[in-house]
Amino acid sequence: MQIKRIGLSSINGSLVVIDDVENPQYEELVLLELENGEQRTGRIVKIDGKRVVVQVFEGTRGISMHNVTTVQTGRPMEMPLSDEILGRVFDGLGRPKDGLGEIYPKVKRDINGSPINPVSRIYPRNYINTGISSIDALTTLIRGQKLPIFSGSGMKHNELAVQIVRQASIADDNDFAIVFAAMGVKNDVAEYFRKSFEEADVSDRVVMFLNLSNDPIIERIMTPRCALTAAEYLAYDLGKHILVILTDMTSYAEALREFSSSKGEIPGRKGYPGYLYSDFASLYERAGIIKDSPGSVTQIPILTMPNDDITHPIPDLTGYITEGQIVLDRNLDYKGYYPPVGILASLSRLMKDGIGEGYTRDDHSALSNQLFATYAKVQEAKSLASVIGEDELSENDKLLIKFGKKFESEFINQGFDENRTINRTLDLGWELLSMLPRKELDRVDDAILDKHYKITSEE
Amino acid sequence: MHSYDTIYGINGPVVTINGRTQLSMMEMVYVGNKKLVGEVIGLDDEKTTIQVYEETTSLKPGEPVYPTGAPMSLTLGPGIIRNIFDGIQRPLSAMEKASGAFIDKGTSVTPIDFEKEWDVEIDVKIGDELCGGDIYAHCEETPVITHKMMVPPYLSGTVTKCMTDGKYKAGDCIVEITDKKGNVHQLTLCQKWPIRTPRPTKNRLGANRPLITGQRIIDTLFPIAKGGAAAIPGGFGTGKTMTQHQLAKWCDADIIIYVGCGERGNEMTQALVEFGEIIDPKTGKPLTDRTILIANTSNMPVAAREASIYTGITLAEYYRDMGYHTALMADSTSRWAEALREISGRLEEMPADEGFPAYLPSRLSEFYERAGYTENLNGTEGSITLIGAVSPQGSDFSEPVTQNTKRFTRCFWALDKALAYSRHYPAINWNDSYSEYLSDLKDWYDENVATDFLKLREEFCSILLEENSLLEIANLVGTDVLPDEQKLTMEIARVIRVGFLQQNAFHKEDTFVPLEKQYKMMQVILHLYHKAQSIIARQVPISKILSTGIFDKLVKIKYDVPNAQLNLLDGYIKEIDEKLNLFLV
Repeated sequence: MQIKRIGLSSINGSLVVIDDVENPQYEELVLLELENGEQRTGRIVKIDGKRVVVQVFEGTRGISMHNVTTVQTGRPMEMPLSDEILGRVFDGLGRPKDGLGEIYPKVKRDINGSPINPVSRIYPRNYINTGISSIDALTTLIRGQKLPIFSGSGMKHNELAVQIVRQASIADDNDFAIVFAAMGVKNDVAEYFRKSFEEADVSDRVVMFLNLSNDPIIERIMTPRCALTAAEYLAYDLGKHILVILTDMTSYAEALREFSSSKGEIPGRKGYPGYLYSDFASLYERAGIIKDSPGSVTQIPILTMPNDDITHPIPDLTGYITEGQIVLDRNLDYKGYYPPVGILASLSRLMKDGIGEGYTRDDHSALSNQLFATYAKVQEAKSLASVIGEDELSENDKLLIKFGKKFESEFINQGFDENRTINRTLDLGWELLSMLPRKELDRVDDAILDKHYKITSEE
Repeated sequence: MHSYDTIYGINGPVVTINGRTQLSMMEMVYVGNKKLVGEVIGLDDEKTTIQVYEETTSLKPGEPVYPTGAPMSLTLGPGIIRNIFDGIQRPLSAMEKASGAFIDKGTSVTPIDFEKEWDVEIDVKIGDELCGGDIYAHCEETPVITHKMMVPPYLSGTVTKCMTDGKYKAGDCIVEITDKKGNVHQLTLCQKWPIRTPRPTKNRLGANRPLITGQRIIDTLFPIAKGGAAAIPGGFGTGKTMTQHQLAKWCDADIIIYVGCGERGNEMTQALVEFGEIIDPKTGKPLTDRTILIANTSNMPVAAREASIYTGITLAEYYRDMGYHTALMADSTSRWAEALREISGRLEEMPADEGFPAYLPSRLSEFYERAGYTENLNGTEGSITLIGAVSPQGSDFSEPVTQNTKRFTRCFWALDKALAYSRHYPAINWNDSYSEYLSDLKDWYDENVATDFLKLREEFCSILLEENSLLEIANLVGTDVLPDEQKLTMEIARVIRVGFLQQNAFHKEDTFVPLEKQYKMMQVILHLYHKAQSIIARQVPISKILSTGIFDKLVKIKYDVPNAQLNLLDGYIKEIDEKLNLFLV
């Protein structure tokens, strides 16, 4: 039996308070019907006896204290799922938005998910060939990893994500699918992704969840949860390899801040709620591989760092949870290099166990160590050059600067359509390192140097 | 029928009951029909506040709260080692069997296996007087650890019944003692202990033995004593977890307790896999035979994350009481502090610094003070070494958790982003780090390594310090204009940095380095330094000395000299002499 209740006790931002509610459940889904027939959804976020606080996803615009009827559904927010969701477009709350009708659910899942038992996880080891040199060689993406892109407004993070999807899907088999969640991104951006998926001929393997920048803000808090529930279903129930793209996590965190402040919670750093870390973790930790299932969930969250500040709470807390990060560099972007991956700040934590013999190539780890170390030296030489002038540098430093320029323009810089094999990428790395005298390469064993170090004609 | 108190309000992990209740502070309770585990954290006339260790979704007001009459406790007995627990001592592998790959709410499993039979040998006979802490039986828990059954600390009496040696389960009564009042107490293989109460000891002893870790920068530059406390602060990507893993793998404690507190799930899985594969050089058995893992990953309930630190330290104390040296790695205490903040926020307490509760410093000191080298109630000696990782927000060491941790630990291993970016691992910054244990450990080093060990160490430090100030000049004018003596200092400092401080965790020989090798490496490097100094004093240009290639050779000692053939290092001294004496002619 459903009880309908007319009227509210108070409205504050996206929160409404209802009194005399019988039998409320924590996080129960509530339907609100306005006088004009419009339906909205909400969720119980606080209970004090019979007084409950409901968070209305679509916002409270047009709701008055007495023009609304509320109905309790008796269950938490669930997402209907079946293999039909592939190729479909949903709104931020997981309702079909493409006019193709409802999903006939095989199962319904609580969108909050449950934590994966660490004992049931399989440690991710298989690398995903993205065909992008800076990522494959230096911040290798591993299946089951969560590797965010830290970007800034105006940089080419969307292109990079599309290129990863397109090139990774080519290398992969049929069990590959993409879950795309847009949170507060512009219409154009969503359209760009949709078109790119079409061009790459993967549209029928994409599930899209769109909460655009003009969609209700509170709904945004639910969007990644719906997307990840769909991803977990496709991966662990149907055994597919899922790549999840979440963009933009900054908008998500801002929605959370708005919700938190309207609830009157004590703010932490920069006004974000004190539980931002736990909240992020409840999303990011839903990546991985579990025993007894052939599938996997790999996450590429994209976030724009406010003011390019990596110490801002959003990138900071993200970096503490995710297994590395790909940081885009404003200077490389100015120079017109694509993708502008700032390799020194970038890192892939799972890389060390997913590269080398049997995965990529035996010299991979030595090469990447040496490239990192040498490129760090290039930066030192550059800062010295900016003080005393390039002409005054020692021969060695001049050579380093030359190497640095070539490394940026040939190794990091790569066309949007260029798909480099791992062998090509690694060979290119050795070619560039061979510009330097052999004794400078102090991170590499002699045996590997003998095999790969070539004297170039300039020496 | 017994009537239970019922839930009134729910806000995230905080549940309230209206009116007065019979519950006591810190009592463990089961909340709701699903029996979620919770703990009483606030009592007053109007309401009782409970923090729940599991997700509260779908909980309703009016559901019962079941009291247990005891504070949140651990079951201490054989079967703890080799296991992996969540923050409130539920074994994760048993939970996997009960609820599958995803953790369900209200999953009930026993902390230790009560079905397994142990080969128990009884160490007492009827008529023996036993006091708290005395050992009455023992069994082999793993091939390397003997588990000793001890009388609970506040119990004493005469043995009135005693079983014979044989196979027993954890819950079987093997000894009965009668106290002075005539009460009979049954002793089984296990006992309970509340997690927030430190287990008593007889005496605190001085911390004057080092914890050998095999990591050069720690053992030589910033050593930690057995029974000491250290903090490893560092931003993300600086290698906190990597350093903690290295310490857990190689340090010379008998028992390792690794608490993954609010960290990544995949990392815990990695620890689980790796510790099972690595063979402990001391015992020849897998590391897991002396390891306990506690995993409360970042997406598991936040209240259990708060408890996981206490669970870890209580387990450490239990094994210390048996006379073992234990080491507890907590990764990361910042996540624990954030859990405190989160719960404090839900309780609407007045926040202090950056939203953290005002009692953060006292909680931190309570935790770190549970470390120590002690004489136990039963006369054995044991220790707990605490190594806590700190994840400062925005890599800013002035934030409250780092600052307060600094007050209560005596070792500070500051991880540095710049070093990590250039892939210098371990990225412990030698200018910002310190260890206050040096003077306590001096006697031990004098006796067990060499009398000039600390002298060499000091020289290393002063070279690194000098390099630091020279670098400031070099960054302005370039290295070319420096006089040769200073160039030499910089070259030697490079050898120290790359050849000594940098250590490769993935290299077979370099991942663990015995103290003797560390000492000899210092000797060789400083020998070169002194020799080169005397040559430069004779106006020989440094470029000539560098062209001998001896500097680059020293950098690779760490790879070229196996730990088993330290005599090779004498050859280096000879080679330095041969090559450099040419300049003296």
